[in-house]
Amino acid sequence: MNKQKLYKIRMRETLVSYAFLAPALLFFVIFVVYPMISGVYTSLFNYTIRKFDFIGVDNYIRLVSDPIFKKSLINTLVIVLGSVPIVVLFALFVGLTIYEKHSAIRSFFRCVFYLPVVTGTVAVTVVWKWIYDPINGILNYLLQSAHIINEPIMWLGDKRFAIWAIIIILLTTSVGQPIILYVAALGNIDQSLTEAAEVDGANRWQVFKNIKWPGLMPTTLYIVVITTINSFQCFSLIQLLTSGGPNYSTSTIMYLVYEKAFKLGQFGYANSMGVILAVIIGIISFLQFKFLGNDVEY
Amino acid sequence: MKDTNALSSRKKKTTVADIISLILLFLLTFIFVFPFYWIVTGAFKDQKIAVQLPPQWFPTDPTLTSFVTLFKNPALQWLWNSVFIALATMVLVCLTAALAGYVLAKKRFYGQALIFSMFIIAMALPKQVVLVPLVRMINALGFHNTMAAVILPAVGWPFGIFLMKQFSETIPGELLEAAKIDGCGELKTFFNIVIPIIKPGIAALAIFTFITAWNDYFMQLIMLNTRAKLTLPLGIATLQAEFATNYGVLMAGAALAAVPIVTVFIAFQKYFTQGITMGAVKG
Repeated sequence: MNKQKLYKIRMRETLVSYAFLAPALLFFVIFVVYPMISGVYTSLFNYTIRKFDFIGVDNYIRLVSDPIFKKSLINTLVIVLGSVPIVVLFALFVGLTIYEKHSAIRSFFRCVFYLPVVTGTVAVTVVWKWIYDPINGILNYLLQSAHIINEPIMWLGDKRFAIWAIIIILLTTSVGQPIILYVAALGNIDQSLTEAAEVDGANRWQVFKNIKWPGLMPTTLYIVVITTINSFQCFSLIQLLTSGGPNYSTSTIMYLVYEKAFKLGQFGYANSMGVILAVIIGIISFLQFKFLGNDVEY
Repeated sequence: MKDTNALSSRKKKTTVADIISLILLFLLTFIFVFPFYWIVTGAFKDQKIAVQLPPQWFPTDPTLTSFVTLFKNPALQWLWNSVFIALATMVLVCLTAALAGYVLAKKRFYGQALIFSMFIIAMALPKQVVLVPLVRMINALGFHNTMAAVILPAVGWPFGIFLMKQFSETIPGELLEAAKIDGCGELKTFFNIVIPIIKPGIAALAIFTFITAWNDYFMQLIMLNTRAKLTLPLGIATLQAEFATNYGVLMAGAALAAVPIVTVFIAFQKYFTQGITMGAVKG
């Protein structure tokens, strides 16, 4: 086939492909790409309901010295560092416990641990608010009945507990997907390898460490990345339960962006926070792929 | 995805560790199911009974008073809005994603790598970055406080395209070649050959999108604001602000929002699991 003919075929394929892509691209450009570029651009402006003045990187300078932003950043990191390792261990535990069971049993447990996700953030949040209620909630009731605590605790109103109370709810809504992924990945591990190892007298821990864990590495990596991204974006729980309080002790960057933009009308400043959040997520995802990815054998 | 696990599981000696694991698993099951149980039973409790301590673990005389209070609000309208938004998003996402995923997997064209990497990068992007410009765009298009404001941005999200690309990779190339030789046009090939093969993928994406759209509280919160336009989750959040600790009414609302979607999920669990697993395989 000569070059010209090849080019002609390629051009035809390209035209057809773009025709098929057109609807998706239309939505993607209007509702993702354009807002993304506009968000970065307007973060360089003093942009409120009335004003739209170019101020360069002043929003970013203001961020560095903003104590509330700093507090929110730390809270965000606490949520991420608190939830990611627990989610991975939890999902791994459940995955290992159920993956060899009968398929109906596996389906049952997958449903159980996915239930809080499907129930929906708002429904889950209102019921936990009730559970945490200092006077009418069952948590304080149970803890007091068991004599673990003497005084009712304001789980969501006390600076010492609020963020942990939120992390616990976040955990219940985060493990469903990782469990599904681990069960699938464990099912794909070559059984003959583990059997051979067992015949050779390897104990369970050795089988796990030398065969299962390395085989699960790509899945673990994927789970770490999606859980990190999700934890960074923790918003609804906070908006519904504490509005970032008490005294910004549960505020996250996500929540702060919302507050600045939709409660205070500081659009440019909110956008600069959004940009920083995107950059942080980008860097962390990249590092996780780079470092955790080293152990991955394809 | 063959079900090989159960077949090959051999009888092993049950150890103490196994028993502890199982006990722990059932304990966790209890913790995970309890909130849902508390919603459904709470919905049938009168406020007085709902807040009494020690708690009534099962509603001994169930009542509909909470639902009566709930339906004094436009809860049925909210339910309809939620159903419409979830269905419309589902249809649009499946259609655009199936078309795009197919060509990304099966065609070679100029700009392919660039477009695909743009989709991948956008998937990791937090929505908050695009928040303000997105709202401005919606206002400029005249969609402020309409269902379109929630539906259309969700269609732009590229996860579906990625998933459909994964499924389209499984289409045998020879089949497409054969269709071409038989003089089958591009659209005909797509509808008669591609669609039947990727049907399980579309089912997975459909159920996934439906659940995500139903529960996308954040977008609903930003885009909708008059009482008649709310969705169920947003409506409950509003009730929470008004009824504060009237847990009976709140649970009735939560049950109305959760029970339909949980039913859908359990019915289509198989497809859903497949979708999540396929979406994770790196392409």
